[in-house]
Amino acid sequence: MLGEHNEITVDELKGLVSDRAIEGETMLLNMGPQHPSTHGVLRLLLELDGEVVVSCVPDIGFLHTGIEKNMEAKSYEKALVMTDRMDYLNNLGNNLCYCLAVEKLVDLDVPERAQAIRVILTELQRIASHLVFTASHALDLAAMSVFLYCFREREHILDIFELCSGARMMTSYFRPGGLWRDVPDEFEPAVRDFLKMMPDRIDQYEALLTNNPLYLDRVKNIGVIDSAEALSWGLTGPSLRATGLAWDLRKANPYSGYEKYAFDVPVGEKGDTFDRYIVRIREMRESLKIIEQALGSLPEGPVRSDNRKYVPPPRSELGHSMEAVIHHFKLWTEGFPAPKGSVYNAVESPRGELGCYLEGNGSAKPLRVHFRTPSFAALQVLPRLSEGHLIADLVAIISSLDPILGDSDR
Amino acid sequence: MGLEQKLGSFGVVTTSLEKVVNWSRTRAMWPMLFGLACCAIEMMAAQSSDYDMSRFGMELMRASPRQSDLMIVAGRVSRKMAPVLRRLYDQMPDPKWVVAMGDCCSCGGVFNNYAIVPGVDEIVPVDVYVAGCPPRPEALIHGILTLHEKVRGESMKDWA
Repeated sequence: MLGEHNEITVDELKGLVSDRAIEGETMLLNMGPQHPSTHGVLRLLLELDGEVVVSCVPDIGFLHTGIEKNMEAKSYEKALVMTDRMDYLNNLGNNLCYCLAVEKLVDLDVPERAQAIRVILTELQRIASHLVFTASHALDLAAMSVFLYCFREREHILDIFELCSGARMMTSYFRPGGLWRDVPDEFEPAVRDFLKMMPDRIDQYEALLTNNPLYLDRVKNIGVIDSAEALSWGLTGPSLRATGLAWDLRKANPYSGYEKYAFDVPVGEKGDTFDRYIVRIREMRESLKIIEQALGSLPEGPVRSDNRKYVPPPRSELGHSMEAVIHHFKLWTEGFPAPKGSVYNAVESPRGELGCYLEGNGSAKPLRVHFRTPSFAALQVLPRLSEGHLIADLVAIISSLDPILGDSDR
Repeated sequence: MGLEQKLGSFGVVTTSLEKVVNWSRTRAMWPMLFGLACCAIEMMAAQSSDYDMSRFGMELMRASPRQSDLMIVAGRVSRKMAPVLRRLYDQMPDPKWVVAMGDCCSCGGVFNNYAIVPGVDEIVPVDVYVAGCPPRPEALIHGILTLHEKVRGESMKDWA
């Protein structure tokens, strides 16, 4: 089962590294897949001239999970649980991306209350993801204390998720047609507490990093890229906005009611590692604004579509309605058939454009599911960004791109 | 309540060597800094301020397998990763233990397909399985305390 290690031959190397490496003038170094700074199981083949990176070849797939293939074997509702496990810092965002795609495919409406709760939770998820980014980015640059502070606040967000769904990470809370259930009464005060607490806490992280000369020395003018080049590499999200281009799908192509909320799209100046960090910090503040507006104008009403062809009836109806029992049985044994055709739906994940391509063939299972993931694009630009930098800077660049290997490998 | 109460007036404690060795092994067990997927984030959370695994002498994560005693397999093991994981295990010095954290590496979890090894016990011997997808940090800490209990009952001959 295990097979041999994938040893690489000299001939195969020739296309990947420069001739100087073949002659032995530069050194080839293997980094990962078990390395504290590769954020999971990324493997890099580095060609080094002293400590300077001549070239860098990312080797991905160590976390290939076959999620897309697995989803094709499940009905549309059941495939949802797989999306949680792709980008594991953006579980609810993945849910949202997939649910919106299914809703687009079968033309299903989502009640306004569900849309607003979806926005609140995905923005909380964005903050949680950026907190892990800030924590691990600082940790890679040997600032341990930031990690401890960031994870403290992350726990508050996970507590809110747990309140709603019963799970901290793999919530599967968004379902095609709405939510699993309405949020409990404690939800609103919990989010309000968080909103009150968080701005000061972001100030604390900034006090530790933003003006810290030790930190700035490590991140300013490291891994610079301009907008045009970033676009041609397919870079999206905070890494693209760091180059100064205000491209955000929540503004450019609003979904789930984002057009109702006023927020800014923070941009950087130069597109270096520092800009990628500061854009994420500012995004956390913008997310707080969105949550506050969404919570203030949270409409009352149902949280699931009442289209019984696609959404199972609530438990309370099962006792007295024969029709509800039939729908329940049909939906949970067979699932709902989706029409022939394909849809693509993209959302702004904390890492960039997360797209879901769905192809239906008239049956209850998708014919093809494919995800366009931002981490994959971030990893392909890594060789370009790290060229000519020191190994220590490479570590800063990797963490500033915030790749999640579950996202790129799936 | 501490050691001093057992010292008596001579300052001598009698016990078996095995007990002392096993006790000391549980007090400074260094886990390997080795995250695979989602569970790794919860493993980081277990290290962080809210849960603080250092209360149990587990705070020193080593990035090198040669310095670590415990491998926490945190996440799903793909077939591409499996040989790497086995090599890391082989590089760890004896005595060594393995905790399978989460459903994926305990039994394959929700993934029943071509890409995922259905349980990391197919490639390395596992001492403690922690259930959950992902397990809460408390569950991981419980798993580690269970491992400590197991280590306290081990015979030194097993590692000879």
